[in-house]
Order: sequence, then structure tokens, then C-alpha cells
Amino acid sequence: MKTHQFEVIVVGAGGAGLMAGLYASRTAKTAVISKLYPTRSHTGTAQGGIGAALGNIEEDHPEWHTYDTVKGSDYLGDQDAIEFMCEEAVQAIYELEHMGLPFDRTPDGKISQRPFGGHTNNITGKPVRRACHAADRTGHMILQTLYQQCLKNNVTFYDEFQVIDLLMVNGAAAGVVAVELATGEMHVFHAKAVIFATGGHGRIWEITSNAYAFSGDGPAITMRHGLPLEDMEFFQFHPTGIYKLGILITEGVRGDGGVLINGKGERFMENYAPTVKDLASRDVISRAIYLEIREGRGINGKNYMYLDVRPETVNKYAAVDGRKNPDGSPYVVTGQQILAKLPDIVDFCRVYLGVDPITQPMPIQPTAHYAMGGIPTNKYGEAIADEKDTLVPGLYAAGEVACVSVHGANRLGTNSLLDLVVFGKYAGLRAAEFARGAEYQSLPADPTEFTREQFDRILSADGTQNAFDIGVEMKKVMFDDMGIFRSGKGMQNALNVVRELQERFKHVTVTDKGKIFNMELMNVWELGNLLDLAEVTTVSALAREESRGGHSREDFPERDDQKWLKHTFAFVDEKGKIDLKYKSVTITRFEPKARKY
Amino acid sequence: MEVTIKIFRYNPEKDKKPSHKTYKVDDAVETDRVLDLLEKVKGYQDGTLSFRRSCAHGICGSDAMRINGMNRLACKTLVRDVGTKITVEPILGLRVIKDLIVDMEPFFENYREVMPWFINNDPEPEQERPQSPEDRERFDDTTKCILCACCTTSCPSFWANDKYLGPAAIVNAHRFIFDSRDQAGAERLKVLNEIFGIHRCHTIFNCTLACPREIQVTKAIGEVKAAIATGKI
Repeated sequence: MKTHQFEVIVVGAGGAGLMAGLYASRTAKTAVISKLYPTRSHTGTAQGGIGAALGNIEEDHPEWHTYDTVKGSDYLGDQDAIEFMCEEAVQAIYELEHMGLPFDRTPDGKISQRPFGGHTNNITGKPVRRACHAADRTGHMILQTLYQQCLKNNVTFYDEFQVIDLLMVNGAAAGVVAVELATGEMHVFHAKAVIFATGGHGRIWEITSNAYAFSGDGPAITMRHGLPLEDMEFFQFHPTGIYKLGILITEGVRGDGGVLINGKGERFMENYAPTVKDLASRDVISRAIYLEIREGRGINGKNYMYLDVRPETVNKYAAVDGRKNPDGSPYVVTGQQILAKLPDIVDFCRVYLGVDPITQPMPIQPTAHYAMGGIPTNKYGEAIADEKDTLVPGLYAAGEVACVSVHGANRLGTNSLLDLVVFGKYAGLRAAEFARGAEYQSLPADPTEFTREQFDRILSADGTQNAFDIGVEMKKVMFDDMGIFRSGKGMQNALNVVRELQERFKHVTVTDKGKIFNMELMNVWELGNLLDLAEVTTVSALAREESRGGHSREDFPERDDQKWLKHTFAFVDEKGKIDLKYKSVTITRFEPKARKY
Repeated sequence: MEVTIKIFRYNPEKDKKPSHKTYKVDDAVETDRVLDLLEKVKGYQDGTLSFRRSCAHGICGSDAMRINGMNRLACKTLVRDVGTKITVEPILGLRVIKDLIVDMEPFFENYREVMPWFINNDPEPEQERPQSPEDRERFDDTTKCILCACCTTSCPSFWANDKYLGPAAIVNAHRFIFDSRDQAGAERLKVLNEIFGIHRCHTIFNCTLACPREIQVTKAIGEVKAAIATGKI
């Protein structure tokens, strides 16, 4: 065992972790620990853009962005935090540009922007160009740029170190325990402040856009220390994943004029969102796809739709919608322009589907995409211990792992990249500030005890159950019963199955008993995280007897502000019993009203 | 369909030397990724099989491997691309740690040599630094690099000496040298002009063929060579 001491430890090296590391390291001795090489992080797969009301192409205002985000959240987002994020957005984009991020440009040399779902001109209700983009690899460019800046500024990294436990002393964070994958050795990182930036947990579901790495390590770890998880029932299904594979097809496709087509050849979103049509928010479109399929209007009667970005289709509907270029001329695209705007999408379709989107429509289905819920924080990334906003000294969270909450019940596209840049920065600043005024706490006598306990249990189990099977069964039941539409009966079934799988999981062992890159042991431990988070997600969802954003119940189809305009706080006690508490939503300027697109 | 997959195996804690082991996956379909097959082998036949992977769709760059002799990403190579008899081995030129996992440190060390970060020491403007679409296009291709190492570990010059910076490092230098906003092009060209720099490239084109992002690597290297020769960017 090795012990290290850093004032600030950042766990995770995606956008939020790198931003936090960059800011914390300016004034505090900081290390960033990640189970992946930083450039492998899931931020790199984000495609279409990052939202900010720059107004580079047409009129836009941070207040409009704020309102759109509040509305997109189905009024569950905390409005003070949303306003803060949307105000900070403009400066955040300029800062990324100053770091060298190669945004696409307008003819006059400014950062180019494209329309995205749910982002509107608040006067006309029509889509507004707010998503700042670098082709369809905006996340890749953000991840690369932030990593480059960390190298430039000599940020300390521990690459391929997997964090297994958080050390808590007297209710405050005191460090983390990590396994060095290359040697299997345990490392104790003694710290004054710990920032979790470990990303999401979308691997719970069968069809997902999420990386293997998205096993919810952060929330699983904090939950085991009695800390709450907020709004876990809200998980976003992105409407356009590649059929069967779930690989993301950016909303930017529709921003650039692509339309969704059902088995009858109809542009069905006209019937569900008459004003913005294919650019409604994601929950609305995913539900529409599901309903169309249920009515037998899938392609060839099957459970998928077409996303059509062929130039003739784009131009036909752009004319119908009266879409114009900034100079007032009609919006018309060529195949070459589509390829230039969406090179990776074209590549994915060619490689995985054998379909060329310039000449053929893309088969798509909704895919598990983003956790709105997570470790509760305030708008400065400071972790919260309970529904009364009590702070956890020294603990921070930012990015998808956190629930600020700026996304409420449904996140708008482009707001996840914005979230990780803004809140990663503030978590880093606050953690460094906290560290300046704090002493190192004494570590527990045996800091790696709980980590060893977890591994020993796996290594010594009887091996009568197979981890791969358990994973497959969890993903299936969660997709079937905890997906886009839910019911009390289905969710109860999911909960029963997940609990049975948790029992079976106790019998899973590993054949690899070695130290060096024991990925089998890590993957089994990650499966345990996913199972625990699947349980919390389902328990939180069963209790919420309404439909809001990403949580749609057939047995409670309406939003119920009287009873349910509140955040869920789920606590797991030492025996594994889940207790639900609730916290009110912060409403400043926008009273909840019916949500129409 | 049945797929036979022969995999390079080496566990330093047990094996004196590496060997190949052959597995059969009998429920494969032609749209399966090689990564899916590796997952199935690991899940049901041999849990000790070790490899890196994350995003599973060709963006994170974790799973570069030699598949039927070619450097590819396991998640971007389908059964229909390579057939039902598949050989999977670690990429060459980097030390094998275990099975398909190699030591990436020398690769990243070379990457860091070229100062792969934006340098502009002028005071920051209030808004964005302007850049024309044409200037932005100039380095577009090299911004696609995901640092998977497929190019560098397909390069005979790198196999001969891993101090050679290699194509990936040059690609990332290109991304900044030809960015109109960057001011450190000359310094990077100086690094690339040194003994283990760009002159070790003998225009073999393996890198271009290996790149899963279809970056025109040899072309980018050529542009950097021309800049060194002419002193003009």
C-alpha cells in the first residue's frame, strides 16, 4: 500500500474532472485520478454542441436559455442554479475558445452555432441557433482541449487508477482509496477535499449510448457512506440511437434539418410538437417514437424509425417550415455540406449499419443516454448531505455524476457539456478555497479495510453465478420496465428482478486471481455498482406517482405539481434499506405551467 | 454463425512467454464488433482475458489492436469486415503488459514532446479570437485524432526506435502549427526537426491506412516537412 497526500483530489478526468483539476491546481496541490487515460473519457463522445446564448448568428439572450432549460426540466430544475449556469455559459465558451478549442466559424470569423432541441427564441417560440459546435465532435474537442491545457499547466495525473472507496472522517471527506490497474497495488490518497467527476451510469440499460466505463462508480461509492442520491428516477432516453446498438446520433442532425419519419412515411413530430416539430425536447420525442411504434407505425412494423437527413428530404421540409439562412435566403443543403457538418455520423452509419445517410435514411430507436440524477450539490459543486442542504465538508461533485439540479426531470441537448465546464470550474475553485483553510484530518486506522472487504467477498464467492448473465438480465428488465414509459406493475417487476440479481451477484467470483490489470475483478465490482444504482433508481421511480420529464407513468399520466414538485433524496442504510426523503424545488422567476412545444 | 478467434495471451504473473489461444464463438452475427466477441469470450469462456475498452464506437481510442495483421479499433471492426477466422494481437512497438494491453506511456511521452497545447501569449480578447472558416479548415483533419496509437504502432520507423516521435505526435503538432491563432509553430517545428523527429518518416503510408479516423496522416506529415524545409507555415 502506498499513501499520497494532495490538498485536492479529483476523481475522473472527463470534462468536469479536467476543468476542476485545471482550476484547483492553480492554488492547491492537486491530483486527478482516473480509471481511464483522460482522453478516453466519455465527454469525448458528445457530438452536436455546447449551449450558450452568444447570439453570433441571431438574437439570443441568457434569459431565454434559462427559460428554455427550466421548461425543458419540466420545472423540476432549481431555477437559481439554471440561471447561474446560463449566465456563466457565455464566458465559459469564450474561455474554451481562448484555450484553443477549434469551434467551427461563421463567415465573419465568429463561433458558429446551430439549432438544438428545446432551445428557442422566446418571442416566436421557433428554434434558435445556440449550440456552439466543432462539426459533430464538440465533446471530443472539449476533452482534448482541456487535457492539453492540463498538460500545459503541469496538472498531476494518476492514469488508470480506479477509485473504489471514499474516506470519510467525522462526516467529512478525507481522501480516496484507488487500485493501480497496472500493478493491482492499493493507493491511499489523503486529501483535504475530494471532487467526484466520474460521469454517469447508463450501462444499467440494454440499449445505451454510454461507454463501458459508465458504471456509476461515484454515486455507488458515496451512497455506501450514507450520502443521498437525488432524483435518480430521472434518466434521459435520447430519441436517436443507432437501431439495436444504441450509438448516439446527435440532435444536430435535426438541428441541421433532418426529420423523423415513421413507417407510413409521415413526419410524425408535427402531431406531437406543432411549433418546433423535430426539435422538441428529448423526452417528448422519445415518447412520440414509442407511441408511434405501439400504434404499429414503426418502419416495417418493427420497433424503429427513420431519421432522414438526405438533402432532398432536408430541403423539402425546410421549405415547408419556411426555414431561412441568416441572410434571409432559403435554407438549402447539399450532400457535401451534410458530410462536412456531420462527418462522424456519416462514418458511424457506414461502419455499423452499412447505410449512407447522404442517400439513405438512418434506422434509429431511443437509447439510454444521460443521468439527470446523482450526487446532490449546490450551484458551486459542494456536495449536500441531506434534504436540508447541509454541506458535506470537503466533498464536491460535478458533471453528470452530480445533481445540482440544472436538468431537473429532463436535460436539454448541449446543456451537459455546459454543465461540466461551468460546475467543474466552480467545484475546482471551491475545493481549492476549502483546502486553503483546512487541515488534513487524520486517516482511519485501516483506510483500505472496506476496499479489501469488497474485493475479498468477490474473490472468495462460490462462483455458482455468472456476472455476464446477471448484467444481461439487469439491462433487459431495466430497458423493458424502467424505460421511456413506466407503470407501477412493471417497475415492481424490475425491482423484484434487480433484487434477485443482487442476491445472485453474491455468488459471482472471478477466475483471474492476479494483480496485474485484473479487469475481471474491476468489471465485477462495477456490476455491483450498477445493480445498486438500478435498485435506487427503481425505488425512487416507484414512489413518484406522476409523469414529469423523463419519468412517464402510464398509471399516472399527468404531472402533479401539488404533490410532486419536489426532489427525491434516496438514502441507503447499512442494511441496504432505501429511505426516500424530499426537498422543495427552487423557483425564482418561472411559475410552473403546462409544457408545449 | 460460428467465429474462430485466435487471441494473443500473456500473463506476466504466470506465463514465461506469450502464446496464442483459440476460442470459438458460436452465436456471432456478421454485424458483431470484434470487441463484442472479446466480451463474450471474457464473459463465458475465460475471465482472465484482459483488454482495454470504453466507448465501443470508435471515439475513445482505448481498444487499438492488431486484427488479422492490421492495426484497428476492435469496436470499429465488424465480423463482416474481417471474416469468421480472426486473429487478435496487441499493437506492436510498445511493451506488452498483459494479453492485449500494452504500455502506452512511451506513446504519450512522445505526444507531450511536441507541446500539444494552444499557445498564444497576447492578452485575451473579451470575446472569441476571430478565425475565418478557411483558416479553421486548414487544420480540421488533424483535430480528429483520438490518440489510439494505431498509426504510430504501424510505423516501421517507430518499431525500429520508440524514441521516434511517430505519426500521432506529428499529427498533433500539425493541429497547432497550422492553427492561425497559435503562436508557437516555430518552436514545434524545431522539435520536429531534431534527430528523433520528422525525418524518420519515410513515407510508408502505414499510418494513413491504419488511422480509424481516416486522417490523411502522411499528407499532414508532408505539410509539416514542407514547413520545415521552407520555413513557411
